[in-house]
Amino acid sequence: MSTVSYPMADTATMLRRNLRHALRYPGLSLGAVGMPVIMLLLFGLVFGDTFSAGLGGGGSFDYIDFLTPGILLMSIASGTMSPAVAACTDMTEGIVARFRTMAIFRPAVLTGHVIGATILTVISLVLVVGFAILIGFRPNASVGDWLLASGLLVALTVAFTWFAVALGLTSKTPEGASNIVLPISFVLPFLSNTFIPLESMPSGIRWFAEYQPFTAVIDTLRHLLLGTPMDSGNGWLALVWCVAIALVGYFWAQKNYNKGTAA
Amino acid sequence: MNSSTPAIDVQGLYKSYGDKLVLDGIDLNVAEGTVFSLLGPNGAGKTTVVQILSTLITADAGEIRVAGHDLHRNPEAVRAAIGVTGQFSAVDGLLTGEENLIMMADLYHLGRREGRRRAAELLEQFDLVEPGKKMAMTYSGGMKRRLDLAMTLVGSPRIIFLDEPTTGLDPRSRHSMWQLIRQLVAGGVTVLLTTQYLEEADQLADQIAVLDHGRLVAQGSPEQLKRLAPGGHVRLRFNAPEEFALAAQALQATAQDDDALVLQVPNDGSVHSLRALLARIDDASLEVDELTVHTPDLDDVFFAVTGQPIANDTTDEKVTSK
Repeated sequence: MSTVSYPMADTATMLRRNLRHALRYPGLSLGAVGMPVIMLLLFGLVFGDTFSAGLGGGGSFDYIDFLTPGILLMSIASGTMSPAVAACTDMTEGIVARFRTMAIFRPAVLTGHVIGATILTVISLVLVVGFAILIGFRPNASVGDWLLASGLLVALTVAFTWFAVALGLTSKTPEGASNIVLPISFVLPFLSNTFIPLESMPSGIRWFAEYQPFTAVIDTLRHLLLGTPMDSGNGWLALVWCVAIALVGYFWAQKNYNKGTAA
Repeated sequence: MNSSTPAIDVQGLYKSYGDKLVLDGIDLNVAEGTVFSLLGPNGAGKTTVVQILSTLITADAGEIRVAGHDLHRNPEAVRAAIGVTGQFSAVDGLLTGEENLIMMADLYHLGRREGRRRAAELLEQFDLVEPGKKMAMTYSGGMKRRLDLAMTLVGSPRIIFLDEPTTGLDPRSRHSMWQLIRQLVAGGVTVLLTTQYLEEADQLADQIAVLDHGRLVAQGSPEQLKRLAPGGHVRLRFNAPEEFALAAQALQATAQDDDALVLQVPNDGSVHSLRALLARIDDASLEVDELTVHTPDLDDVFFAVTGQPIANDTTDEKVTSK
């Protein structure tokens, strides 16, 4: 009896399943996709002038330019919530038990969640860039810089989504899964240089913000898109963070998915 | 797989969760093309057996061969040969019935055209053509079960596991499920099903194994098991003690409760033997307050093979889970 595996075909089937879910509840998907745009408008237009003044901004300091790369990361962070909850919901229902008794490519179920979520997040990123340009974001990046920046954003999305799915699978209930990813979707964006520069933070928080992955990535994005000076090594550090988080997330998620079943 | 290889062969199966022993040395042998029923109350270990044989969880010990493949060494080959319909609905509620079936066809790599053809055929066979366009989360319990089984059949598995396929279904849905299972078997498929109902095992199975606290306490054909449990009887209740005493002499009661004025008289419940019993009651001019017919059920089999009724806690569970 042949047991050839079909990694691509099975993953595509699972991706189709997840995209159907997203289309069936367009409200939910639109909410997740649109939330970062609202954050951008809120911080850019409503708080922007005050923040900018408080940060000693004058003619040379444009807060929208400063803010946009951070909001892009916020999109990635908030986009991790729904795949984490969806993966956990799957496990609590009979459908995954069915998949696990079938000869399908094992990582396909979770990979389908990750790719589906990545597609939604990319849509969200495009929207954020569009709206940012509308309200005054003026990057001076070359095509190469844009490509590098896009690559970095997608890499970070894939990495954080795998990690969030792994976290979500440690929870027994979907409600628990949404709580357990809160540190990623909420704490990391705020305790970073998303909204204000590191220099303006209290020392304890500043220490945390300096060494967490978001800061290195945001720093690199600002450098690529706006040509701001960058702490040496932050580009490589950003890449290392992405690869490390992706690997840990992937293997941890697969381990959680296969727990207790015949290998 | 040739005909001399059993479809399922299990030797010395053990499983425990923490210090709770769930399966205590099970041996099973299911011939190809037959229906094998695991009969037992809730908590007996039926679901655990199905989960192990369908590669969902691992056993602590035991030699298991399914469709001729060693389950421990080659779980993927086992997965390719089996279909499973678990106790809890394994349909995707956010997809329509048709989309669920096409998803399964894609996972069996049937190809686009063949997948659609197979989905349409199964919708027809399972009486789901109309609901097939609606999301599965809107289905009734019986419709969900039918879709569930249809999804299991998309890949035409040769061995099918059904874990309590009719629990929670109304009588009509239960009979249509039985009909579907009979059709499968007629097509040469091997079925291992679990149930709490002796009647269901009797209707469907070639072989029945009775499971209690992780052990097989009896095994045989439905006839053999029913012979073990000759529990068919009629209960007669009387108003007056003197009537009761008279009846006890006239009717060859096998058990009597002097306080409740209740007699048990052996009877298989057929119209013929009931008529005979009523004639004897008339001949003796007895005033019977209440008459109930009791056919052998799981409790009788349990009583016969274990010498004790199903433990109270599991009986409660059984009632609440209905």
